[in-house]
Amino acid sequence: MPSDTRLDVRKTYKLYIGGKFPRSESGRSYVVNDSRGRFLANAAAASRKDARDAVVAARKAFPGWSGATAYNRGQVLYRVAEVMEGRRDQFADEVVAGEGLTRARAGRSVDQAIDRLVWYAGWTDKIAQVVGATNPVAGPYFDFSIPEPTGVVAVLAPQQSSLLGLVSVVAPVVAGGNTAVVTSSRDRPLPAISFAEVLATSDVPGGVVNILTGSVGDTAPWLASHMDVNAIDLTGVAGDDEHATALEVAAVDNLKRVRRAPDAEPDWTLDPGLSRITSFLETKTVWHPIGV
Amino acid sequence: MVSPVLTSSDVLDGAASSPAALRRFLHGLPGVDQVGCEARAATLSTRSIKTTSKAWALDLAVSMIDLTTLEGQDTIGKVRALCAKAKRPDPEDPSCPRVAAICVYPDMVATAKAALGSSGVHVASVATAFPSGRSTLDVKLQDTEDAVAAGADEIDMVIDRGAFLSGDFSRVFDEIVAVKQVCRRSTGQDAHLKVIMEAGELVTYDNVRRASWLSMLAGADFIKTSTGKVQPAATMPVTLIMLEAVRDFREATGRMVGVKPAGGISTSKDAIKYLVMVNETAGDDWLDPEWFRFGASRLLNDLLMQRTKMTTGRYSGPDYFTLD
Repeated sequence: MPSDTRLDVRKTYKLYIGGKFPRSESGRSYVVNDSRGRFLANAAAASRKDARDAVVAARKAFPGWSGATAYNRGQVLYRVAEVMEGRRDQFADEVVAGEGLTRARAGRSVDQAIDRLVWYAGWTDKIAQVVGATNPVAGPYFDFSIPEPTGVVAVLAPQQSSLLGLVSVVAPVVAGGNTAVVTSSRDRPLPAISFAEVLATSDVPGGVVNILTGSVGDTAPWLASHMDVNAIDLTGVAGDDEHATALEVAAVDNLKRVRRAPDAEPDWTLDPGLSRITSFLETKTVWHPIGV
Repeated sequence: MVSPVLTSSDVLDGAASSPAALRRFLHGLPGVDQVGCEARAATLSTRSIKTTSKAWALDLAVSMIDLTTLEGQDTIGKVRALCAKAKRPDPEDPSCPRVAAICVYPDMVATAKAALGSSGVHVASVATAFPSGRSTLDVKLQDTEDAVAAGADEIDMVIDRGAFLSGDFSRVFDEIVAVKQVCRRSTGQDAHLKVIMEAGELVTYDNVRRASWLSMLAGADFIKTSTGKVQPAATMPVTLIMLEAVRDFREATGRMVGVKPAGGISTSKDAIKYLVMVNETAGDDWLDPEWFRFGASRLLNDLLMQRTKMTTGRYSGPDYFTLD
């Protein structure tokens, strides 16, 4: 057979839940176009039941991930960066197609995403020294405060920056020991799926990160009202005040931590600071009697 | 629909008159078509039960639960806590039905009985050297007697799987008859007898069908799939075979026998699949806590979570229900 008649091997883009790649429970998919409106792929349109399954998977993974040593979590995140580095070209292609950047700018964006993972990998075993404390108290006690993960965090990833933005919101959540249910950019989901493939092959236990593609409106309200989700990051609805407010109201019932939606999507190339890690940490203060 | 195994009571006459007759009868039962049975059970799992039907099924499933704790580490405190839960599974929702029974070891019967009072929740006790059944008949009968004397409303006995597998059907039969005798009370309020097949140890579907018929002939009020201590425990095909057996037994004798799958049913989805199977195999006469039970502990919380989801419109979580 002459080589020029080789059939296309087209990829099926699926969800990432509990370490597996299922199709949407609803059976729905939607067309993903590139930045110039040409057909790129079909992606799975996650339904509320996919969101529910993802929360169950994240809850199941939480004891193991939050119980792992911070050092170990750092190693795993560094490993994610290593594996991404090996697939740099694939990510660059997807960013070019989705965001319409030049090849060079897309490459820089991928590099920054990988660097950001390394940066957060370094923070896993250092954050406690920075935001924790030994507190002077007026009594015969050692008194110290330590940060602990919040739990299952729903992350609405940014709509514009499909890889750097995604990594910038997911990495800090899992670096702190939380597990995450992530809704990707609706119109640019391909880097998110490839990122899921990286996670699946780089020592991240199944369920620690779950990625749902599709419209935020289909899944976010269910995640916001879900009684077993402990926090929600609304970055993905930046600029949409009405939607963001509705999600904040839905999040009230179980007093979720809410990271509010910014007015506009931030510039992801800037130094992120620590606020994205500390947003999803709880402070535990322990009083320990001296001399016992 | 599978055709009935037996159509007239004539065949049953004298089936248990002698060991040889019993063996002839049990070996004369038609074999189970394994592939067909599994395919049928799988088909019955695909029915879509939604909205009002689902709400009805969830409540029915709650009311059919034998809330079970059979651990070496059971304490009086734990049994009391479980009894409180049995009476009011969801303290925030008075419309939630109570469960059918509490299932405990014989030494916990008195505790459970006192804790449940006149709530209407039954106390079921396992007996006859549960779960292995490896003891002498005297000990098994004494075990049962103790539970009955302590006030158990239902007795869950295990059959002697060793005797069954070695072909000594009459020994198994006589044991069930003897235990049934001990379940009698002078007041006329006899303890109901559930007979556990332990399908996981019977190996074949043919054996499950034989053990079901043997138990019913010996006077079982309920037939139960498993102890929950052996894997696999309750499966859809095994329960299907037992449902066919009780249906055919009623056809032949007019007497109705209940079915209880136990062990491994932990989600609302599974429970609803079983209810569909009951309805389509045995008929809706069995869709009643009097005739169908779930032996379960984890299942209840999942049912409660689903109920809450249906009433509040938002997903609930395990944090909002008691850990048992």
